[in-house]
Amino acid sequence: MTQPVSPAQRHQQDGPAATPAKTPARQPAGLRPDVRNLSLLGVLAVLVAVGGFTKPEQFLDSSNLQLVLTQASVIGVVTVGMTFVITSGGIDLSVGAIVALASVWATTLATQEYGFAGILFTAVVVGLACGLVNGLLIAYGGMVPFIATLAMLASARGLALQITDGKTQIVTVDSVLDLGVPDSYVLGIPPLVLVFAVVTVVGWLLLNRTTFGRRTVAVGGNAEAARLAGIDVRRQRLYLYLLSGLCCGIAAFLLVVLSGSGQNTNGNLYELDAIAAAIIGGTLLSGGRGTIVGSVLGVLVFTTITNIFALNNLQSDVQQIAKGAIIVAAVLVQRRTARDGAI
Amino acid sequence: MPETSRRGLLFGTAAVSAGALLTACTSNEPKTKEPAANNEPAASDDKPGKKVTIGFAGPQADHGWLNAINENAKSRAGKYSEVTLEITEGSNDTAAQIGQVQTLINKKVDVLVILPADGKALTQVGLQAMKAGIPVINLDRVFASPQAYRCWIGGDNYGMGLNAGNYIGERLKDKKNAKVVELAGLDNLELTKQRSQGFADALKNYPNIKRVARQAADFTVESGQAKMAQLLQAQKQFDALWNHDDDQGVGALRAIEQAGRDDFLMVGGAGAKAAMDAIKADNSVLKATVLYPPTMAASAIDLARALGQGKGVGGMSELEIPASITLYSAVVTKDNVDEYLPTGFS
Repeated sequence: MTQPVSPAQRHQQDGPAATPAKTPARQPAGLRPDVRNLSLLGVLAVLVAVGGFTKPEQFLDSSNLQLVLTQASVIGVVTVGMTFVITSGGIDLSVGAIVALASVWATTLATQEYGFAGILFTAVVVGLACGLVNGLLIAYGGMVPFIATLAMLASARGLALQITDGKTQIVTVDSVLDLGVPDSYVLGIPPLVLVFAVVTVVGWLLLNRTTFGRRTVAVGGNAEAARLAGIDVRRQRLYLYLLSGLCCGIAAFLLVVLSGSGQNTNGNLYELDAIAAAIIGGTLLSGGRGTIVGSVLGVLVFTTITNIFALNNLQSDVQQIAKGAIIVAAVLVQRRTARDGAI
Repeated sequence: MPETSRRGLLFGTAAVSAGALLTACTSNEPKTKEPAANNEPAASDDKPGKKVTIGFAGPQADHGWLNAINENAKSRAGKYSEVTLEITEGSNDTAAQIGQVQTLINKKVDVLVILPADGKALTQVGLQAMKAGIPVINLDRVFASPQAYRCWIGGDNYGMGLNAGNYIGERLKDKKNAKVVELAGLDNLELTKQRSQGFADALKNYPNIKRVARQAADFTVESGQAKMAQLLQAQKQFDALWNHDDDQGVGALRAIEQAGRDDFLMVGGAGAKAAMDAIKADNSVLKATVLYPPTMAASAIDLARALGQGKGVGGMSELEIPASITLYSAVVTKDNVDEYLPTGFS
């Protein structure tokens, strides 16, 4: 097979010139993630072009922008938390189950008695509590994150089922329901999207502009070196799983607002969606590098794909096949651009 | 351990009190308990007869409909003084369910009622029971071989689609170029295909109606909201919507409310209490729902009792119970909702 040799391939063949590109973890500067973000923006632009070309009337419409951003907000908040955990070299498989547990706990008849504050408080505290258990097991119990959070996934789903008894818990608190309908939009922006934006900005500041963020990257890059440098690695890990739990709690509240209910099947496979979004965003699965902007772009890519498919009335089978292909294509394009850009 | 810091104490106390507050919040008991609905149709032959022990094995009740199946079986068995119900812990694991049925066989129950987690996979254990001389009532999900059951009773997925389509067709028959949208259930399941096929076949009777869009959700509220929101964005104007499942319908109705749309009529599926309440209140686009009745579990207990006592079904002249019973997917509208409301599940 003869193919045109791209600059990237040429660099690879050159040998030494390509080396820096292959060891991104060693590169502390934010350059590489930024380049990746740029290429992901390109992917998003292509998607927008496809959407605009196939369904101009429905796709290029402010109500569609509201729709895409709203659908992205729940999984987006979860992904911000996940990005921190992955950056530190960990993984949190329990996010979907925590969202389910927090959303059903926050919508029991007993909780609804306490109104808006009760629902918000319960969702956030249940999320934090699950994160605390994860963090303690991993940081101080010496358990592998994969196993500890897998155990949490099973138990939290079980507890959610026990609370609901398999029933759909419908929310009757008007102040909560009102947050999800157009009357509550601020300058055309749904409150859910505002929360998503705030979580994104806070997450970005935390990761890029604070000691906490630098410690997270250090722990993920090389935990032993971080320990020798005086970082309390265990406490840092505890905080990170707490943070992920907190994000799940917030996401659970958003989901309650969005769907007007709590159900033990909520948050199905969020762990995979969040991990996939973070990875195509440019966060390194092995830790040491993370980008909030990339993760959010990753979430937007997925939500936009779903949106375009639905608007074009493609069925589930085609959607799934195409989604897999697009993920592979997005990652390939991105790696190529990143390689070119870095040199 | 370092000495306990004041901050630690403070956080500890806060955590404990938050925990105490929260554990009180897992209750789902309504403050005022309504008396249980009690107007099921009377059994054909209410005179207590020979004692019958019925073994019941079903899947894990992880959603409303399955939960209602268990409740219907229990309450129906409770009505007969001579019936003892041996009910197993529900399981979605094929191996676990096989073990449970085998335990019931070893206990030598008189009749078995089995709702398999997976019909094909449980066929062998059904055969085993029949060979051991224990007649099996196969509930809803059918075994691969008719030899594995004495009687099958279940819902009609094709009929659901058919009745939903015909109801919508009658409502729109005078409208030119009418547009219909379908929100299906989980596409991986054969039953979803059957429902969609029935719906398509019914709409063929009405040449003025065209199905303009179909999306599949996955029976959850969350997916119902997400897929419906997309459908509403894609179709700025249509006349009717059929949603396969009332659980995902909660989310679909939420999406419709969020989009501020009320220009079409919506028909649900399965027969949840929330949907029937909305039909009765008549304040949303939801005007009807087609049943997939969980009361089939109560009927299965009736059949098991008749089988155990060597009787036929009342109202029919046969000496034996039938080999197969397909239930009718009635259309519940505002006019007849009161009759069906007690069978609605949450």
